Amino acid sequence: MTIPMEYGLLLAAILFCIGLAGVLVRRDVIFMLMSVEVMLNAAGLAFIVGGAARGSADGQVMFIFILAMAAAEVSVGLALIIQLYQKFKTLDADSASQLNG
Amino acid sequence: MNILFYIAALIAIMATIRMVTGINAVHSLLYLIVSLLSVSVIFFLLGAPFIAALEVIIYAGAIMVLFVFVIMMLNTGSSGVKKEHELLKPSTWIGPGITSAILFGEMLYVLMHPAAHPMTRTEIQPAAVGALLFSKYILIVELAAFLLAAGVIGAYHLGQKEKVSHHRYLKNEEPAT
Repeated sequence: MTIPMEYGLLLAAILFCIGLAGVLVRRDVIFMLMSVEVMLNAAGLAFIVGGAARGSADGQVMFIFILAMAAAEVSVGLALIIQLYQKFKTLDADSASQLNG
Repeated sequence: MNILFYIAALIAIMATIRMVTGINAVHSLLYLIVSLLSVSVIFFLLGAPFIAALEVIIYAGAIMVLFVFVIMMLNTGSSGVKKEHELLKPSTWIGPGITSAILFGEMLYVLMHPAAHPMTRTEIQPAAVGALLFSKYILIVELAAFLLAAGVIGAYHLGQKEKVSHHRYLKNEEPAT
């Protein structure tokens, strides 16, 4: 494979920035959580590219940890979304800006 | 082999853009799954077959099914779609879009500055990953187990409904005014 390593890192950067823009722009909490998933996946891709460039397995180990962290984050985040919807009857993140229960 | 990388990268970028700009949550979720699958193809091309399988099984399989169940449970219908149309005005997204583009430009500059290193395609077998995982990184594996346990307990606690007690002594006390 003769692709330079920078192209793989560039793809990770593009995906990360799209996810970042999604978190900043969208106000629907489900879309925000999906954009966070895209950002985590891009970070994992950067680890895999770095590991592939050096021929070591450390990058893949790091990806497994990112995967475990993403699974825990999604389960708690979706439980919070359900609570938000039961309280406010909307998925708009701006509706929960008061913090008074 | 190189052309496969570029095709998969292009599909990943396009699917992710459609995911972020989509209106319907289920359609966006399907685009996100396409993006994850194409990233999995890239993992396979980079010589990480075990990680490619994990990406399909855990990300595109388990985590996305969680999203599908929650969208199905909430059943927001078309009321949220109208709201999102109002939110996707240019005045809403132009500020975050420009700041993200500036960050991307900085990363582009940093990545393109040094000389190019070619990626070696040495396939790393799952046995090597597992051996490293349970020798050098055993402490982080235990920490990840703690994190998953906290996630399970947190999701259980947050997901349960508020209990309604009919007896007057068992009701939650009103805060003192």
